[in-house]
Amino acid sequence: MGDVQTTNDDEAVEPKVLTLPLDAWHRAKGGRMVEFAGYWMPVQYEGIIAEHLWTRESAGLFDVSHMGQLFISGEGVEAALEAVLPIDLSTLKPYGPRYSLLLDENGGVLDDLMVTRWNSGFYLVVNGATKWDDIGHLREHLPDEVTINHLDDSALLALQGPKAFAALERVVTGEYPLSALTFMKGGQFRIDGVEAWISRSGYTGEDGFEISIPAADAERVADLICAQPEVKPIGLGARDSLRLEAGLPLYGHDLSPDTSPVEAGLLFGINKRRRSEGGFPGAERILREIAEGTARKWVGLVLEGRQAARDGATVHLGAEQVGVVTSGGFSPSRQQPIAMAYVASAHAAPGTKLEIDVRGKRLPAEVVPTPFVPHRYYRGA
Amino acid sequence: MTRYFTQDHEWIDVSGTSGVVGITEYAQSQLGDITYVDLPSAGATVKKGDAPCVVDSVKAASDVYSPVSGTITAANDALGDAPELVNTDAEEGGWLFRIDLSDPAELDGLMDKAAYDAYVAGL
Repeated sequence: MGDVQTTNDDEAVEPKVLTLPLDAWHRAKGGRMVEFAGYWMPVQYEGIIAEHLWTRESAGLFDVSHMGQLFISGEGVEAALEAVLPIDLSTLKPYGPRYSLLLDENGGVLDDLMVTRWNSGFYLVVNGATKWDDIGHLREHLPDEVTINHLDDSALLALQGPKAFAALERVVTGEYPLSALTFMKGGQFRIDGVEAWISRSGYTGEDGFEISIPAADAERVADLICAQPEVKPIGLGARDSLRLEAGLPLYGHDLSPDTSPVEAGLLFGINKRRRSEGGFPGAERILREIAEGTARKWVGLVLEGRQAARDGATVHLGAEQVGVVTSGGFSPSRQQPIAMAYVASAHAAPGTKLEIDVRGKRLPAEVVPTPFVPHRYYRGA
Repeated sequence: MTRYFTQDHEWIDVSGTSGVVGITEYAQSQLGDITYVDLPSAGATVKKGDAPCVVDSVKAASDVYSPVSGTITAANDALGDAPELVNTDAEEGGWLFRIDLSDPAELDGLMDKAAYDAYVAGL
């Protein structure tokens, strides 16, 4: 037997596979290591479905240290960042991450990222597979006075799930309680004496936290968090199925230089003031698309039966091809196959019946609103 | 009955010209949670190396190659409601299809259990 299509095919492009700070820790926990974004990473421990459901019911610890953590500072950093991102930094309060997009001159997506205002600059978290290109792009487009510091001596963990708060609260100390953080707020804490930057954010649709710590302390912190009864380590496989159920895009599959953020429905990544003022890469196209609409839209599809459609499968209405799947798989929470696809706007309304071609077979599918599984972010008591 | 193995991690039990095909324990452990099996129809003819069957796991869809040429005579319908049988019982209850061999000499190129175990140990 052989692999036909995998959900993560961005492997095998990197010449040399690197290891992350928790490499030995993953192997000791029984993680099955695969190449991803140029690193050895755990795809699963006990099994993707079990890990997925555990995260939805309790709490899962993800190692996302492959992602790029950057600190950008210097004279004029604010205006310089606004020239490369469609973000409104005048409304970005300290310590709260905000979603933004790195766009090319045509409005295509180079990466999606999180931007947080720290005291003396901005903390960015970018995708692992794109981080080197991102750094090159930023270096090229930011003035010399602006410094890009790649925080590659930091590890990044994500603790996600309805019991993430209970587990993390037990091990953190800080100037204020962890409960002070609501969704998309962050702050400086300590975990067993280790300085930790923690934000209440994530990629699963659940309540949860992202935790940046020195790489040298990563094993100790991961051990302590995993020692909490609510917590198990979770691999990349479940990370992908969880984000798909949450309707969140994966760069390289759902987003690329060939997709615009407007057709992807990521308007919240283009802040209000920037929509009226423009002045960011690709603004001409993006502002036109906001005003006039796009030819296609990124939508959710639920398939009949149990066979999944994956990245690249074509979407049809009768004899006409009307779209293409960018992410798809079996939803462990819904126990049915789900997919995200770019579909011609005329056929993108929820309830529209379409077909997806999987290996020459037409699988019936219906456009549905996303997320597939409701988000459960903590927005305050 | 004799069991043979392929380098692509299929097994086939053969009695005379009648075979039963499945994937190995090693294969199921590599695939992880299996969520759907696309089974062939009885009557279909296949050549050795064709992929009459696809196993869907959470992370990927994988072809199952026929170890021999012949005519499909049956598929394991129990997998329709319980594809996870391929995980829990890959080398018995999780069989995939039955095939009537058209060229039993093709079996000569396959491995026995000892050879397959050594092959997997070297992966």
